[in-house]
Amino acid sequence: MSLTHADVQKVARLARLAMNEAEIAAASAQLSGIFDLIAEMQAVDTKSIAPMSHAQDLSQRLREDVVTETNQRENFQKIAPQVEAGLYLVPQVIE
Amino acid sequence: MLDSSLTQLGAALRAKKISSVELTQLYLDRIAALNPSLNAYITTNAETSLTQARAADALLSGGKAQALTGIPIAQKDIFCAKGWRTTCGSKMLENFIAPYDAHVIEQFNNSGAVNLGKTNMDEFAMGSSNETSHFGAVKNPWDRNAVPGGSSGGAACAVAARLCAAATGTDTGGSIRQPAALCGISGIKPTYGTVSRYGMIAFASSLDQAGPMARSAEDLALLLNVMTGFDERDSTSLQRDKEDYSRDLSKPLTGLRIGLPKEFFAEGLTQDVACCVHAAIAEYQKLGASIVNISLPNSRLAVPVYYVLAPAEASSNLSRYDGVRFGYRAPEYSNLTEMYEKSRAQGFGAEVKRRIMIGTYVLSHGYYDAYYLQAQKIRRLIAQDFTDAFKQCDVIMGPTSPSTAFNLGEKGDDPVQMYLSDIYTIAVNLAGLPGMSIPAGFCSNGRPVGLQIIGDYFSEARMLNFAHQYQLATDHHDRAPQNIGL
Repeated sequence: MSLTHADVQKVARLARLAMNEAEIAAASAQLSGIFDLIAEMQAVDTKSIAPMSHAQDLSQRLREDVVTETNQRENFQKIAPQVEAGLYLVPQVIE
Repeated sequence: MLDSSLTQLGAALRAKKISSVELTQLYLDRIAALNPSLNAYITTNAETSLTQARAADALLSGGKAQALTGIPIAQKDIFCAKGWRTTCGSKMLENFIAPYDAHVIEQFNNSGAVNLGKTNMDEFAMGSSNETSHFGAVKNPWDRNAVPGGSSGGAACAVAARLCAAATGTDTGGSIRQPAALCGISGIKPTYGTVSRYGMIAFASSLDQAGPMARSAEDLALLLNVMTGFDERDSTSLQRDKEDYSRDLSKPLTGLRIGLPKEFFAEGLTQDVACCVHAAIAEYQKLGASIVNISLPNSRLAVPVYYVLAPAEASSNLSRYDGVRFGYRAPEYSNLTEMYEKSRAQGFGAEVKRRIMIGTYVLSHGYYDAYYLQAQKIRRLIAQDFTDAFKQCDVIMGPTSPSTAFNLGEKGDDPVQMYLSDIYTIAVNLAGLPGMSIPAGFCSNGRPVGLQIIGDYFSEARMLNFAHQYQLATDHHDRAPQNIGL
């Protein structure tokens, strides 16, 4: 299977990865090779098979709806790229 | 001292033949001397390690020592350790100081073990050669031209080169077993859900599992005793009674059955590796085990299925790296979208971006059923193959990797060839089964060969029994790389 330039461009946009023209061209070739490998599984008949997401088929545990986390804002903001007055700074999104 | 087992080290520490501070300093000195060439560690912090060692010495003096108290352990740089730089091998987290401890780190801290440093790894654990690390490739201590395997390549190198007493790794598609095989050490990935994933940086959450890497099965059992246990902060952690993984080590193997899947000995397996694996099987027959020929007919689909499921989960897990609250942020951008796109493009390496792209594609509108759902269905077929096989045998054995360590740069430009180097390990992760690798000799080029042992769910003690009995009868696991500089 081959991925077109437009396919790769669309996926890069969805994945929020900036790519230049040369990177898109290289990615199309490499991803096409990987999808050739993946294509092997298309021929398998799985009509009556239930999908398996986890090995143990567990059900989700529930807990009491109480606060268990402590406030660690200062601790966590020490590792942030840009903060001011206890807030995370990003470029303006609303005019 | 460097060749002592963990049991021997524990006894020496309790008998005051050596202190934890002295032992920790011994390893720190070796790391200082050898790491510039081997690159097994990304971060060491001598002062923090020695502070832990002093606390361990106090416990030892007070008669409060546990099995691993005072023993220096290397932690894969995928585990958050409070106050330690935790990079996951990525530029994205180059300056990330973890604000909390992973459950695995807590367990080691509670046992009085010393954190010796953070080991090198493929970026976000995506790789089979350790060459995708932002911090440079790790060298195989048996041959500096060879890769150590990956993704836990730094851990495997550190254990083999005696740069730690033991180490931790994680295994999503073979990342403990393959580097263990390529570096001539022992490693076990337990049943999915037995070791908590809390604080272990996520790659593919339904496959990721932590486990120990060491020089013998006996050591692995002691490490598993510390690492395993229920943790409510991991939604897939299993609620089970605590086990003693050492309990069956000395049992005889008489009457036990080893299944040999014909698919693991087919085309693609190199001759030298096949010879060592067959010799190991013959040794097991001498120890009283019998051989059963089995088949895992869907195992050929494991690699394609894995390269749908793992990237799909990775693309979701790695969407958190947006340059807002932690991690790398691009220096220049004109709006929010551009900040995301540039931070991610500059912060992630080529292989990580490739897998994010695959995952995003297979989960995108119109492709979900054809890829993701189909892969999940075949995953069940692969797991069912193992369930059927374990009706006829107690463990399954085969090669861990189709070849010994390949050369640095050898598979650099061809992701598909790299992916195929995990052909024997991936099915185990898809099924959620425990798998391990132990040394089974050396190839004519002097590079180590690994024997893979696969067990049924929760049969780690039985697998360690098989491994230990082999290690009592052979000395492959005792061999150390020579001429490494110290």
